Amino acid sequence: MAEEAAVGCARPTGGPVGEEVSESKESSEIIKEERTMIMVGQKAPDFTAPGYQQGKFINVKLSDYLGKWVVLCFYPGDFTFV
Amino acid sequence: MSIDSMFVHKMWNDDELAKMVEGGIPYPMLSDAGGKVGKIYGVFDETAGVEARGRFLIDPDGVIQGFEVLTPPVGRNVNETIRQIQAFQLIRKTGGAEATPSGWRPGKKTLKPGIDLVGKVWQEWKTSMAFD
Repeated sequence: MAEEAAVGCARPTGGPVGEEVSESKESSEIIKEERTMIMVGQKAPDFTAPGYQQGKFINVKLSDYLGKWVVLCFYPGDFTFV
Repeated sequence: MSIDSMFVHKMWNDDELAKMVEGGIPYPMLSDAGGKVGKIYGVFDETAGVEARGRFLIDPDGVIQGFEVLTPPVGRNVNETIRQIQAFQLIRKTGGAEATPSGWRPGKKTLKPGIDLVGKVWQEWKTSMAFD
């Protein structure tokens, strides 16, 4: 599911996959108002992200998990307490 | 997923979490540098530069069925997350023929939405069932 990643000195990053979320540059206020809201019943935005799992550095793509239930959790940071 | 690098994830898993969970965290610990993914999911706090406690349930078709977002000091309820997945799996299995009323958990009564149920939920479901 997740491919193993080579480890270098650069800190790898991922990001959204697929069509760009259109960002109108008219004014920052408008951008905030028009920011796409996540809605239940809609497709989860696809992304790739580097990570760590069971002794390996990996790359994960959300859409590779189609066919399975996925719990996607965000949290403030490693070593935070709760 | 957090803004921490995969290197920090490794240290946190190996040095602390592996002492809580035998064998360490089994699932991928993902890195979201700059909050790029968190932004599109609406959980990245620009001011603090970190992500809120967001939890998204994504079905086998890639559709978001539910989410919950908490500020950092309050932890999640894993049992409730599992209960919701069980409910969504039942809905999916029955093709929407059944619905899970408030307080439902596996083994408890479901409702069968349809014309005969209109105005009759009070006969099928009692408020005490939300709490038992």
